[in-house]
Amino acid sequence: MEKQYLFTADLNVKNLACLRNEQVLFSGLNVSLSPENVLFLEGENGSGKTSLLRILCGFRLPDEGDITWGNQSISSVPEYSQNISYVGHKNGIKDELTVEENLNLMRSMATASDIETESVLKQIGLFKQADVLSRQLSAGQKRKLALARLMMTNNSFWILDEPFTSLDKATVVFFESLIKQHIARGGMLILTSHHDIDLSGLSVHHLNLSN
Amino acid sequence: MLDAWLQIFKRDLLIAFRRRSEIIHPLIFFVMVISLFPLAIGDDKVLLQKIAPAIIWVTALLATMLSLDNLFRSDFEDGSLEQMTLLKTPLSLLVTAKITAHWFITGLPLLLITPLLAVLLYVPTEMISMLLLTLLLGTPTLSLIGAVGIALTVGLRQGGVILSLLILPLYIPVLIFATLALQNSAQGFSAEAQLAMMLAILVLAITLSPFAIAAALKVSLN
Repeated sequence: MEKQYLFTADLNVKNLACLRNEQVLFSGLNVSLSPENVLFLEGENGSGKTSLLRILCGFRLPDEGDITWGNQSISSVPEYSQNISYVGHKNGIKDELTVEENLNLMRSMATASDIETESVLKQIGLFKQADVLSRQLSAGQKRKLALARLMMTNNSFWILDEPFTSLDKATVVFFESLIKQHIARGGMLILTSHHDIDLSGLSVHHLNLSN
Repeated sequence: MLDAWLQIFKRDLLIAFRRRSEIIHPLIFFVMVISLFPLAIGDDKVLLQKIAPAIIWVTALLATMLSLDNLFRSDFEDGSLEQMTLLKTPLSLLVTAKITAHWFITGLPLLLITPLLAVLLYVPTEMISMLLLTLLLGTPTLSLIGAVGIALTVGLRQGGVILSLLILPLYIPVLIFATLALQNSAQGFSAEAQLAMMLAILVLAITLSPFAIAAALKVSLN
């Protein structure tokens, strides 16, 4: 059994609205999420899933509404964003660095987890490619490396935007089990996905942004 | 906190080393543009000597601007910038690591090659140290000011032209004090006042621009 996360709190979104190109993507959105819970965002393309995730990460400012983390506004709690592991459309890895250098960089920048880089490389199946420049990896391998970020830090709040694009089945199964471990440790997860994800046994809330 | 600073600094040096064209292109630009002047003006020693400081400084200014283009672009495009905003270390501190690395990669080679180019323009040897001193005080300022503009335009598709319109006017004070310092010392006067002003501008840029850059990057991410 892994150690429980120390830093967790309830996330509350109240009356959130987001405009894009002068069009309302969503408005009056109310969501709350507690530790050990998963929020699954649904909705057709362009319904604002990514925008919502970016607002939760603090990259975008909401056009209306409040987001609170443990009853404090997220902008007044710097620890909030430091506790996020975000994997978005962009992988956030450097093409000019090797696989191992990328992993070590992810670790050194945040509250590191106890897991060894070598063990991460073996688990995601990139051990042989450790010294290969990331530029030479395939799209799926790059995605694996981006998702490995989740294992390198000890963050309790994961935000994943289409995490499993171009991944093979075995890797998807591996990351599904990683998600289950994360939730069991008291973590929180918000994700979008057009793939079928096996989240059986977890408490999953669905939110459809289309309507 | 300092550890993250060093990591970013080392990372950027390593990346630049593996993508050498970015170091070399601005340098070649600098060398080529400067060597065009003796070709165009002819072997007029007096004239070249007179306008040499201006040539070197204006070219240095343009070369710096050229080299800055990629300062945040790749981090913006591959998503590293998003990840950086989620770190414990403030973005304003991390950008100083990037700019310091950038100066070592592009500003320092410029300084090192200047004595050679100065000979090409008949700059007297006793003037070269003053020329290097103005560049040493001036180019970091150019990088810092330019980085604000880069940070603002990194999200735009055609940032290049807007960028030059945005930051060239801001470079004028540095240019004026640098060339004035060189003129003064060429005529045998003290250039201390101008150098002190350049140092003051540099200190101002170091203290204020990181916050402006971090804020501008966050606007670009929005």
